[in-house]
Amino acid sequence: MTRSNSNPDNVVQNIRREDGATVLTLAGDIDLHRSVDMRERLLEVMNEKPKTTVINLSQVDFMDSSGLATLVEAMQLSRRYGGQIKLVGVQQRVRSILEISRLDSIFPIFENEAEALAS
Amino acid sequence: MMKEDENPGQIELTILANPAYLCIARVAIRKALEISGFDDQDADGVTLALDEALTNVIRHSYGGPCAKPIIIKLSQIPNYRKEAEALEIVVRDFGKHVDPKTIKSRDLNEVRPGGLGVHIIQTVMDEVEYSCVSEGGMQLRMVKLIPTTDGSDMISGVKTGCGESRIEKTQ
Repeated sequence: MTRSNSNPDNVVQNIRREDGATVLTLAGDIDLHRSVDMRERLLEVMNEKPKTTVINLSQVDFMDSSGLATLVEAMQLSRRYGGQIKLVGVQQRVRSILEISRLDSIFPIFENEAEALAS
Repeated sequence: MMKEDENPGQIELTILANPAYLCIARVAIRKALEISGFDDQDADGVTLALDEALTNVIRHSYGGPCAKPIIIKLSQIPNYRKEAEALEIVVRDFGKHVDPKTIKSRDLNEVRPGGLGVHIIQTVMDEVEYSCVSEGGMQLRMVKLIPTTDGSDMISGVKTGCGESRIEKTQ
């Protein structure tokens, strides 16, 4: 099942279910303004307790600590029910903030969705 | 509003404490950093540091989004230290006073949401200094050295004064 959200103001552009996993496609800058939408949508997904949540960041050019906080919150929620979160398509700018915050070793990072779903 | 004053190396930008305007500040500073000679990696880092500083003002100094101003001043400083050129960024707000000594990075070994902004600012910038302004509000002064053609930049010394908190890095 796929749910699209093509409004460019929304961070979460697409949510689809595939082989027991939920795949979210995020787009645009994620800052204090736009992380609110991201958090709402991500928490909705976490309430469904998917075993695997794949977050595709290949269209995210910028993320600040408010976006990181949302990812960490989602990761903690998923761990509580035995799920896991995988990041895909992490751009250099986003990778840098993950490294500065020492979160690059906390989140499994994959080149593409196929690799993340197969792992 | 963006204006160039009598110092051609200085730019001033005022935004309201509304998260929707953060992107405007990021675009403006990113362009200024390109003009100042920063490479993409440093320009991205400084842009992130400014975003974190503005986010902290909105969240902590003003207690949330509001229609109060945040003033951002960028100054290019030649011969800053040992003839290195530097970019100084000053973020001024008119919110509540916070003891600068209490503004600290948190333990990164503790994986939890939030509290990363100060750490990011201190990691990216070469100098970070918080101070209370007697007329009200806080001021954050950040300095980033502009790399020389041989790729070096240098700054040293650590000093903390009364009513301000200052961190300097040796690279």
